[in-house]
Amino acid sequence: MVRNVLVLAEVRNGALRPVSLECIAAGRTVADGGKVTAVLIGAPASFAPALVQHGADEVVVVAGGDYTPDGWLAALQSVYAERKVDVVFLGHTGIGRDLAPRFAQRNLAGMVSDVTDLKVEGDRVIFTRPIYAGKAFATQVIRQGLAVATIRPNNLPALAPDADRAGDVVEVAAPPADLRTVIKEIVRKSTGGVDLTSAKIVVSGGRGVKSADGFKPLYELADVLGAAVGASRAAADAGYCDYALQVGQTGKTVTPDLYIACGISGAIQHLAGMSASKVIVAVNKDPEAPIFKVADYGIVGDLFEVVPLFTAEFKALLGR
Amino acid sequence: MDILVLLKQTFDTEAKIAVKDGRVLDDDVTLVINPYDEYAVEEALKLREAHGGAVTVLSVGTDRVEEALRRALAMGADEAVLIGQPSGADEFLVAQLLAAWASGKRFDLVLAGNVSVDTGAGQTALRFAEVAGLPHVAAAVKIEVTGGSAVVHRDAEGDTEVIEVALPALITAQQGLNEPRYPSVPGIMKAKRKTIARMDAASLGVDPNARTEVTSVYQAQQNRRNTIIKGTAAEQAHQLVGLLRGEAKVI
Repeated sequence: MVRNVLVLAEVRNGALRPVSLECIAAGRTVADGGKVTAVLIGAPASFAPALVQHGADEVVVVAGGDYTPDGWLAALQSVYAERKVDVVFLGHTGIGRDLAPRFAQRNLAGMVSDVTDLKVEGDRVIFTRPIYAGKAFATQVIRQGLAVATIRPNNLPALAPDADRAGDVVEVAAPPADLRTVIKEIVRKSTGGVDLTSAKIVVSGGRGVKSADGFKPLYELADVLGAAVGASRAAADAGYCDYALQVGQTGKTVTPDLYIACGISGAIQHLAGMSASKVIVAVNKDPEAPIFKVADYGIVGDLFEVVPLFTAEFKALLGR
Repeated sequence: MDILVLLKQTFDTEAKIAVKDGRVLDDDVTLVINPYDEYAVEEALKLREAHGGAVTVLSVGTDRVEEALRRALAMGADEAVLIGQPSGADEFLVAQLLAAWASGKRFDLVLAGNVSVDTGAGQTALRFAEVAGLPHVAAAVKIEVTGGSAVVHRDAEGDTEVIEVALPALITAQQGLNEPRYPSVPGIMKAKRKTIARMDAASLGVDPNARTEVTSVYQAQQNRRNTIIKGTAAEQAHQLVGLLRGEAKVI
């Protein structure tokens, strides 16, 4: 079944987000001969060639500014309205999560959130998504009409770039929109621009970190690895860190390639948010801590002694 | 100011999940107000204390949800409404039901949780805003209402965005917004005497068909290596780095 696919491509910190390329690859999987159109909003057309090389047939560059729900919804809707589209993919990112439900509702469409896998079976696309923050999984289909899905970063592979691929690049003006929300200020807090939910490596601290200062060695390790820093609920509740860092059933769900849990006991609510990580390392003083049951590599020891040694070892290995 | 809170009942986050016959078993599970929705209830009560008005909590669900609504009433909400959930309901259908009930009623503010801890889809509240024609600000960690507008600090992938929006609007609650109160004993007594209004898809004139369908539910088995690395701290660190590169190939 031929499907035309629309993908929202995002630029963050001056680079295309990997999940946008993963969305294009997912688009190619379901297109079955149909067209994959990538949409860039408020970003320069210089990003278009990379989108084509990774599998887009067409890139529409819509003029615009920083993300606002009304502005970007109008932009996405204008591109959608001019084409026959069967499937729309967005990254399950801050913007994707905010925009996709409204876009789906505006078009009275079904939507599957936070997709970690998908396959085509006859006329249907079967989406897989975690439920209960990863304690279980559900497969879901769209029964009729337009299908909208947000794709979780770092789960579906992107296509290798093909420098010979050709595609159309179209630049269009921003459609009129009544911007009902106004951004007064953006306070940057995330370190080094590494976003927790799409990071390849996460270094997390729990109650064992003991204080806000105790996160220092974790940040040092994260810096060397290009990792994001996370935390357990116990650490956030104790005021050692911001709630924005919390990983768990209340908090963020992460699926990095490598998750390093430092001084985290492994309460069910935390495990729910990180147990689908590809490789898990645990450092804890208590050999009976439940975190060791889900860990690939465990070290029974004091994180304040071991973590700086990790940092030194990785520095030597990676030449940083 | 009159505030509507959209509320869902979910499993307690410490609950173990068991799947049987393609269904998550809920018989022996403690059900609670979705933690993010509980922040929304608390924020509504604080805003009412500061600005006056009434707080209405609205839910779609089974009879068991009455328990969650009673708790919201015991916390201090003024009114509660329960819409019966059609089988196979998805976010699209739930949003139509919520919006059908709210249609023609006037609220200065609609609050909801940023996401529910069960399905984690994060769709329903934003779909409601779209149907109701309201602007939205999602993932609020601070809300200040002055006159006819709100200034909202929202969590945007770890950064904080400060957003101004004119009311009426829909705002969703992120963790860190507040610390929900426990119901007081008089609150619990008062809540027991309140009537929870009931309706269903038919009485609201909503087509009870979902757009999506769950075709299977299962639990994944993760095979972990469970290797405990021994030795001095220096040896452990050295071995770990070697294993991550050589065996696990993640570095």
